[in-house]
Amino acid sequence: MTTVLSARNLTVRRGQRTILDDVSITLDGRGLTALIGANGAGKSTLLHCLAGLLKPDAGEVSLDGKPLAVWKDRELAKARAFVPQNPHCDWPISVERLVALGLTPVLPAFGGFSAEMTARVGKVMADCDLTGHRDQPAPTLSGGELSRAMLARALVGDPAVLIVDEPTTGLDPRHALDTMGRLKALGGEGRLIIAAVHDLTLAARHADRLIALSEGRVVAHGPIGEVLKPELVHQVFGVHARITKTQDGPLVDLLTRV
Amino acid sequence: MKLSLVLTIALLTVLAIAFLASLMAGRVWLSPVTLWQGVVTPGDQLSDLILFGLRLPRAVLAILIGGALGLSGAALQGLTRNPLAEPSLLGVAGGASLGAVIAIYFGLAGVFAFAPPVMGLIGALAAGAITFAVGRGGGTLTLILAGVAVSALTGSGVALALNFAPSPYAAFEITVWLLGSLSDRTWDHVILAGPFIAVGCALLLGAGRALDALSLGEDQARSLGVNLDRSRLLVLLGVGLAVGAATSVAGAIGFIGLVAPHLVRPFVGHQPSRTLIPSALVGSTLLLTADVATRAIYTSSEIRLGVLTSLIGLPFFFWLVIRMKRTSP
Repeated sequence: MTTVLSARNLTVRRGQRTILDDVSITLDGRGLTALIGANGAGKSTLLHCLAGLLKPDAGEVSLDGKPLAVWKDRELAKARAFVPQNPHCDWPISVERLVALGLTPVLPAFGGFSAEMTARVGKVMADCDLTGHRDQPAPTLSGGELSRAMLARALVGDPAVLIVDEPTTGLDPRHALDTMGRLKALGGEGRLIIAAVHDLTLAARHADRLIALSEGRVVAHGPIGEVLKPELVHQVFGVHARITKTQDGPLVDLLTRV
Repeated sequence: MKLSLVLTIALLTVLAIAFLASLMAGRVWLSPVTLWQGVVTPGDQLSDLILFGLRLPRAVLAILIGGALGLSGAALQGLTRNPLAEPSLLGVAGGASLGAVIAIYFGLAGVFAFAPPVMGLIGALAAGAITFAVGRGGGTLTLILAGVAVSALTGSGVALALNFAPSPYAAFEITVWLLGSLSDRTWDHVILAGPFIAVGCALLLGAGRALDALSLGEDQARSLGVNLDRSRLLVLLGVGLAVGAATSVAGAIGFIGLVAPHLVRPFVGHQPSRTLIPSALVGSTLLLTADVATRAIYTSSEIRLGVLTSLIGLPFFFWLVIRMKRTSP
């Protein structure tokens, strides 16, 4: 069964401001969708709504045809994972503990981890190159390591849907590339992934689809190759862009401001 | 898993030693032999009366109240993700103090000996209800702000009672009660406070999973299926019952709830849920030890328990500040 995540006529207001204005999108099947938009365009708000963490003022989000409002908290937590912008860990718990927190929705009310769960944590840590950091206190990780740890935390429950808010912000180019590569690979494995991304070249080379938001409205939605055009970049960010096809994928150069 | 078992056994051993010391210490010192005889062949010698009528309820109360404070401190620090949170944060301790002070002020304590603790319980529950009513729906921060406001309200109520005290003696009695003590407490106090503390502690233990998930912040905790509103209510109710009952019986006792979680955290890998039970054990041990000290230290008039815990706690507080300065950027 393919996973379908859809938003219908989402509107979110905060006081007098309209953050999301009648947004309708449908994401189905696997793959990585990049969400782009200027600061304040409503990216984080949309991701929070899609994750079921924010109740829209109008409209609804459904996962597999069932509105999020009727999903049980724990069932929804098993089906989708969410990583917020600038994730952090407040206590110096070990990286292994942090990753294991991703299993919170499947833990029994009493009793600890089964051998199977421990094995699952170990495997995900190995997949995300974290094995060497197993006992290290999480707050002492570097930005790239913490971002991998949070990704591992999100993946350990094997969710069908993964929602990530700005996974590459604050990372150096190598780690940003590494993170996007991982998300792309996970999308290829059959997960539905949506991530807010600011670096257009990174988005163009890794994502399968693109959603562009401008002032709370969806202005483009479709396969990267069809949608990512200089006119769209201009409409969304107010800058001219030159998009060059290279053998490594599209290269987006931003030119002077209008 | 093994480490936590070793830790629990070690903490229980220390607690047992403090418990024995608490039975022995006082104006009349009882030797371990006398204690043993008292347990094996209870009679009506003076030593038995002291043991079962005075020392034992006092020691049991110290364990209950210290445990309630330690557990509440650990749960609140976990909920707020703030190492300086302590049980009085939500205003319930202030409510208990005000309730007891009102009982003393109007002379109810002279008519009915249990008026202060009973009124204290009512005050604690009322204060907790106000905190919840004002602070709910806006997240943890508004709950804390509401608690601070309620604490200020009860503090000014106590000040008002002192200001208009009917006699210097009443003012003195109020002051002494506020300093906190376990002397002259009986089994009736245990029966009064025990059930509330037990229920409160059970509620707090139920919040452990949510506290773990909260290490990652509120968004991630919610995305993991944690119902934050329910967890906040659980902690507020648990702290309200446990600390409210504790304060009603013993008066305000500071620092135990703040210190205990910090002492155990390095041994449990800083995981909030694993901090809960060890914090309760450490809280019990600290309060028992402090209570023994009030009896063992000879002063012209007995040093009050709350004063002593504050004196012991202060150096720790400074250490905490210095350590945070060193570890934070």
